[in-house]
Amino acid sequence: MSTLAVHDHGVVHHEEGHEHHHDTFITKYIFSQDHKMIAKQFLITGITMAVIAMTLSILFRIQLAYPDKAFPLLETLLGRFAPGGRLDPNFYLSLVTIHGTIMVFFVLTAGLSGTFSNLLIPLQVGARDMASPFMNMLSYWFFFLACVIMLSSFFVQKGPASGGWTVYPPLSALPKAMPGSEMGMTLWLASMICFVASSLMGGINYVSTVLNMRTKGMDLWKMPLSIWAFFLTAVLGVLSFPVLVAGVVLLIFDRSMGTSFYLSDIVLNGKVMPFEGGSPILFEHLFWFLGHPEVYIVIMPAMGISSEIMSVNSRKPIFGYHAMVYSLIGITVLSFIVWGHHMFVTGMNPFLGGVFMITTLIIAVPSAVKTFNWLATLWRGNIRFKPAMLFAIGMVSFFISGGLTGIFLGNAALDINLHDTYFVVAHFHLVMGSAAIFGMLAGVYHWFPKMFGRLMDEKLGFLHFWLTFIGAYLVFFPMHFMGLDGVPRRYYAFTEFESMKQWLSVNTFITWAAIMSALAQVAFLYNFITSIFWGKKTTQNPWQANTLEWTTPIERIHGNWPGEIPTVYRWPYDYSKPGAEQDYILQTTPLSETMSSNLPHDFEDNPVGLEEHTKWVNTHSNQEVK
Amino acid sequence: MMAQIQEDKYNLAPKKFNMWIFIFTSFMFFAALTSGFIVYTGGREHAINIILPRAFMYSTTVIIISSITMFIASRAAKRLEFGKQRLFLWLTLALGVLFFVIQIYGWSILIKMGVYFINPNASQSFIYVFTGMHLIHIFAGLLLIINTLWRSYKNVPQAKNLFGMEMSGIFWHFVDIIWIYLYVFLLLNQY
Repeated sequence: MSTLAVHDHGVVHHEEGHEHHHDTFITKYIFSQDHKMIAKQFLITGITMAVIAMTLSILFRIQLAYPDKAFPLLETLLGRFAPGGRLDPNFYLSLVTIHGTIMVFFVLTAGLSGTFSNLLIPLQVGARDMASPFMNMLSYWFFFLACVIMLSSFFVQKGPASGGWTVYPPLSALPKAMPGSEMGMTLWLASMICFVASSLMGGINYVSTVLNMRTKGMDLWKMPLSIWAFFLTAVLGVLSFPVLVAGVVLLIFDRSMGTSFYLSDIVLNGKVMPFEGGSPILFEHLFWFLGHPEVYIVIMPAMGISSEIMSVNSRKPIFGYHAMVYSLIGITVLSFIVWGHHMFVTGMNPFLGGVFMITTLIIAVPSAVKTFNWLATLWRGNIRFKPAMLFAIGMVSFFISGGLTGIFLGNAALDINLHDTYFVVAHFHLVMGSAAIFGMLAGVYHWFPKMFGRLMDEKLGFLHFWLTFIGAYLVFFPMHFMGLDGVPRRYYAFTEFESMKQWLSVNTFITWAAIMSALAQVAFLYNFITSIFWGKKTTQNPWQANTLEWTTPIERIHGNWPGEIPTVYRWPYDYSKPGAEQDYILQTTPLSETMSSNLPHDFEDNPVGLEEHTKWVNTHSNQEVK
Repeated sequence: MMAQIQEDKYNLAPKKFNMWIFIFTSFMFFAALTSGFIVYTGGREHAINIILPRAFMYSTTVIIISSITMFIASRAAKRLEFGKQRLFLWLTLALGVLFFVIQIYGWSILIKMGVYFINPNASQSFIYVFTGMHLIHIFAGLLLIINTLWRSYKNVPQAKNLFGMEMSGIFWHFVDIIWIYLYVFLLLNQY
């Protein structure tokens, strides 16, 4: 509620606020319960995992570009996984599996939501910390444990899981099916259970904090879009991850106890297995009931972050704030009823396929609303091309170009041709891979000062952006054509297929583009690490943004605000408001201090304020007449 | 400033809200399992094909009674009748353990009937999955009750006592309702 009558917004500083608790190294940096520190832990672990996953992708890209060539260096590095300098085919499958798993879950779910929900939810809604800081700490440590278990699978004899990140049975359910299905798969499942525990603890906290701990005046319609996005992402996670657990529990029973939930009529190495009556389709249903919301868990935080950054750096209110929120809600709801589009060619009833096709294509509506709103926000804005802004615009670009191919893939008939080809690979790497990574990087550049009190280097940021942006398009765009030509994904080499040989040159090109993009990340890593220690010191509000996190001191104290938590009087997007003294008005500025820029619709639910406003306008226009 | 952080620590409403959200996640877990059952039986025309042992009916009675005793304990805690609170918490705990035992006994009867967990007809395996996963929740609920009991003997502030009471109460009623849901679900799918 914004009233003209409220004047008590001045934050009272209690100078006697000594630190009464003594942080040791362990409680401050390791088992920290401070959301800002936990956010940094998530970010640094997420970046580490991203670098690992990227290295894995470069390894299998080398194989795809030079299927007949031996690289003795590979044998030196990978040992038995690359005998004679050529990747072992089973290890190739492990690489794509673990690359997918790490990127989807560890980087773009935990690394993205974990970092920015933790950092921004308490700071932007005006809370001292999360609903349960202890659970928040546990959430990080379960995530860390999951990372360690997942990576440890590289050190078991038969190598990591290799049945694809979707771990479909029967491959995943029969330890003897392939080398990766033995210990590697067991570790994958163990890691995933820790991961889900982490993700649920985090998500529960985010939802509870947003709903219960907003500061005075911060009603839901005054929340920044980033908070809306994190909130709805957490809701998605809380509702869909348990379903994955259910699927995984049954898978574990099939693997290690001999039940037949997913298995039937199997002959393994010439031996008839005792399983009957099960259905692998059941696993696909359970998996994709999580799996589809999961892609929105990945992209929605990136959307929220980009909305925020694009508004700040266009110096304009976000276009269609309410429409943005409603489309996020729409995406959240729809995401639960589209999972069948991953299963069009599993022998699904064509009528059911039609239903899933319709729900899938309806998601294009809220997505398009968001896209147009982002473009309209840029339209005639006073744009500041900061690295964060470039990455946010890049996110929109990838979301458009990847989203368009989604319309083809969402079509049950076209999917007969396109499923399991490089077309799919191109689609999701653009729309959720690159777009979400760009959203995450935008967030890192934008909130780096809030996390570390220093600024990142802009020139390196530009270099990083352009190389990555061009590189990502060079990598993924040609894949569309490969897919249209029927080149299947996850193949070790195409040398044995006459019709696919012609794509070898394209594969070589893609690999070099990928290597270029990977090298571009060195610019980011160098920038990130050196800026933490030696970056330029930041001012309190380096981007002249409106949201609450920039009212906290640079030093990042425990409890966030030294005195009282500030009260909020307006929405977060009052940029370049006509009649205002500056081109931004903090959310904590009461309407009574900005008489010259107030508009009648600022007083929609406040008749007293409207009267004051009208009176003020009348007296001032009278003066002008005199 | 520290005083305000302390104040936040005693603001227990968001923590209680966490419990509600956790209940949603748990509910989704069981909804997924039962949906899995429906997909499975629908696709392959398998069914449970047995009459459930009577033991599950007894356990259902026991857990409903335990919900009532839990409610009485909660009410007693609010009215500052701590002796009564402890007595009924002990009763709830005992009934919870009894429920646990009856469920295991139910399994033994199933095994005597020739209905095994490792079974080519997975709809019969599902009986074990439902009850087993539910027993894990019961176990968690028992731990919560023990924690609340322990607190009530340690003379913690009433706010915390009530908070513990409410947390374990919400969770216990939830596992009760989930069991009724699972039992009715199984009954409807017996044949």
